[in-house]
Amino acid sequence: MTDLIDRQKLSYIAAQAADARLNVELETEGMTLNIGPQHPATHGTLRIIVRLDGEQVVWADPSAGYMHRGYEKLTEVRTFPQVTTLINRIDWLGSFANEVPFILAAEQLMDIEAPPRAQWIRTILFELSRIANVSLFLGDLGVQLGAITPVFMAFRDREYVLNLIEGATGGRFHPNFDRIGGLKDDLPKGWIDETRQVMKKLRNFCDEIENLLFGNKIFQDRTRGIGVIPPAVAQQYGLSGANLRASGVDWDLRRDQKIALAYDKVDFKVWTHPDGDSFARCWIRLQETREATKIVDQLLDGIPSGPVMAKVPRIIKVPEGEAWVSTENPLGEMGYYVVSQGDLGPFRVKIRTASFNNISIVPWVLRGVYVPDVITILASLYFILGDIDK
Amino acid sequence: MDPLSDTSTSPTADETPALASDTLREGIVDKLRAALGDQLLDVKLVPGTDLWARVATEAWRDTGLALRDQGFHYFCFLSAIDWLPSPYGRGEDDPTAPAPERSTEIVHGYTGGETRFQVFARVTDIERHIGVTVKADVPDVAAGESPVIESWVTNYAGANWHERECHEMFGITFAGHPDLRNMYLPTDFEGYPLRKDFPLLARLVKPWPGIVDVEPLPGEGDESTDAAADGEGASA
Amino acid sequence: MIAVDLPYWAQSLLRVLGGTVAVLLPAGTIVYLFLFKMMSFMQSRLGPMEAGPYGSMQLFAEVGKWLQKEDIQPALADKKIFKIAPLIVLVSTFILVAVVPFGPDAYFTDFEAGVFYALAVSSVSVLGILIAGWSSANKYSLLGGLRAAGQLIAYELPMVLAVVGVVIQAGSMNMQQIVFAQNHGSIFGWDGVGNPYVLTQFVAFGVFMIAVQAELTQTPFDMPIAESELVSGYMTEYSGFRFLIFFIAEFANVGIFALIASVLFLGGWGVPFSWFGWDSMDAVDDWMNVVGPLIMIGKMLALSFLIMWVRFSYPRLREDQLQRFAWKVLIPVSLVNIMLTAILKVAF
Repeated sequence: MTDLIDRQKLSYIAAQAADARLNVELETEGMTLNIGPQHPATHGTLRIIVRLDGEQVVWADPSAGYMHRGYEKLTEVRTFPQVTTLINRIDWLGSFANEVPFILAAEQLMDIEAPPRAQWIRTILFELSRIANVSLFLGDLGVQLGAITPVFMAFRDREYVLNLIEGATGGRFHPNFDRIGGLKDDLPKGWIDETRQVMKKLRNFCDEIENLLFGNKIFQDRTRGIGVIPPAVAQQYGLSGANLRASGVDWDLRRDQKIALAYDKVDFKVWTHPDGDSFARCWIRLQETREATKIVDQLLDGIPSGPVMAKVPRIIKVPEGEAWVSTENPLGEMGYYVVSQGDLGPFRVKIRTASFNNISIVPWVLRGVYVPDVITILASLYFILGDIDK
Repeated sequence: MDPLSDTSTSPTADETPALASDTLREGIVDKLRAALGDQLLDVKLVPGTDLWARVATEAWRDTGLALRDQGFHYFCFLSAIDWLPSPYGRGEDDPTAPAPERSTEIVHGYTGGETRFQVFARVTDIERHIGVTVKADVPDVAAGESPVIESWVTNYAGANWHERECHEMFGITFAGHPDLRNMYLPTDFEGYPLRKDFPLLARLVKPWPGIVDVEPLPGEGDESTDAAADGEGASA
Repeated sequence: MIAVDLPYWAQSLLRVLGGTVAVLLPAGTIVYLFLFKMMSFMQSRLGPMEAGPYGSMQLFAEVGKWLQKEDIQPALADKKIFKIAPLIVLVSTFILVAVVPFGPDAYFTDFEAGVFYALAVSSVSVLGILIAGWSSANKYSLLGGLRAAGQLIAYELPMVLAVVGVVIQAGSMNMQQIVFAQNHGSIFGWDGVGNPYVLTQFVAFGVFMIAVQAELTQTPFDMPIAESELVSGYMTEYSGFRFLIFFIAEFANVGIFALIASVLFLGGWGVPFSWFGWDSMDAVDDWMNVVGPLIMIGKMLALSFLIMWVRFSYPRLREDQLQRFAWKVLIPVSLVNIMLTAILKVAF
């Protein structure tokens, strides 16, 4: 652990020395390649400046900020209920999951708790967001590696989940459904039965992707042993979610913290993988999608009756205090550090997004790999631009 | 747990909170105090929920080291707070009217503070399933100068990007950081957007209707008037 | 023997027309049948449905669209070379089709070293790709062009070695002779289906098809164009009709390599000669000049279906994995195949 910085320095020096030696021997010089901001592999506007020696990366420097929307500043001029509209747009593939930690933080400050039914529905929608988000990852993974077919299957089956989210909340992408003290509405009629069927379809989709992609020799050749992140490094950089668990760290905020969601009522497995390479990260996500469908099924079976909204004042004033709540979002740990000074809106909100930390390891992990592996590693780390830039 | 009542009496370093049922977090505080001594200025412990600690500025880097040695290997985030009340309020002023008088008194949050800027960071112990938020004051400096605090990069490699972000947003310099370039903003950008005295221009140009529009729903008359009596916004 | 009686200019015109059709027809058919429709069905969607019945006119719409687009040239590009590059690729396609026979008399040219010629001119397109990559003044294009050069040269070798097996067995490098040898041959005295070399040279067939896949830069060997890494590689800077030319050349090449493969391994235009009692080239009836091309198109579609099927199913290899596969697997295998073929040829 302590020798990490030394190792980084050493590898940097080694890379520079290798570069210099090549320059002397072959009179070649490296090439600086801009990957992005407009590049299919960066799904969004991430820019990575890589210094290449042939096709080998000497160093890489990601440069974010092309989509920075200043949410931390904007929250300071919003009231607490208005903030959910903003933070919906952080990880736009799993929008509902963004709202939950903020609402929980506000509830913690106000010392109220949502009624059980609201907590269960929150958890169901949370997991549906995860499925919608990660199923797209599983399809996109194929495209990044050159297989064009899986992404269409992913879009096909993700549509079912989006329909469910739309059915319950009215919004396909940005539900804005979570309220301080509960939820905006109860579930519509027939939604539970439909959800059960969709979960079956999603499990089929997972099997399909596993056969099509994960069992493929070429896919395994491309991902195994590529971009290995040891557990100590992963923790230092604050990697979270599947990226951390793929490095063998058994840490899942759904299981490992006391939180006002229904995760303690269901039985699920937290998958880890000892390898820490790209394959492990992808594989963990596949398993998590499966696990999420099972969680939803269990929650649907035991959903309690009752109101979905606790008694809260119409004008929400949050008492003075500070709260940190984070949840296990599709991309990893997402949390909000909310500082309230007893006003209608927060005094300061620090948004801790998963992708920001997940991508901050890129300069470390990209050193010495080939250009195609850059794409593999970026795809397997899985980031959403809105989640980096906030 | 009642955060409201806790904030009114900010506990000092010498007294452990009376609700002491959280031996795990107390143990962390004890170890931290053993490592830092007097430099652990203030502790706030909400049993079963969370732990805050404020340390002296010069002990900031050592705090990270002490936490890491205690098993807090997982770096969660690092950021800063500008405790100055915003001179622009919530951006709901009438631009035609003269600017309202606002208090410029700095009110600190949990674990108190002495300066305008505070950096705070959160680290997690994955074995013990526990996290801790540590804060440190950043010494005030004359206008135009950049406040300085030690960098955490040597403690946690992941602090690199967080400090870069913090540097461009708050103008805090992290001594010992290898590469304090702007992360989001253009290199020639002037000002530090997340400071409270940096105006949110969108709000200055066009006032936000926001809270003014709130009207009670039909049939909710009694309840909402009670609530509205508390919130000054409803009548504004 | 109709064509022989025509004057020379008419023969030439016929050949030019035939050549154009032989290049464009496979390209169009493959794009519509496989790229538009088959890929869509594999991906649980319908593909183009609006232009013409079942979207069959989509191709013309696409061509029209490309022709209207602005012809953009990067400011730093080497303009002349930039313009020539797509033409070189297309021309290599046309000169490649010249040696493919479609019937006993329906051929463009019949010369002794036909196979040798085909393999030689198929490398011309590498030149076009390389200069396209270089002259675009784009780093992605340059990487794509270099990858293409490395890959196409590496896969030229297993392809040639695979063909050597066929040449040894047929005892000729003349394409017509190879067709004749297959259709007139027999397997242990039984000549019911002739002797298509896909049966005896199945190793060579496998190696050849893999090499073709790489030669055509189709997935899983599409690193030179690698959409998600190099953003179409050497084609990045091309737009409008120049891109169209690259596009046509790509799919025309699929068709022509499928034609060559069907000549070498599937018996070409012929049917087993024993069915009609033909015992030499001259004995073949004239109607084969009409049926032959149809048989060729059928075989071409079957083989290009294989190529496309693989293309739509697999992820992409990495450049070094591809080279390792060529040098450590394909070349040794095809060398062993040559040795065995030579030994068996002498033994029987």
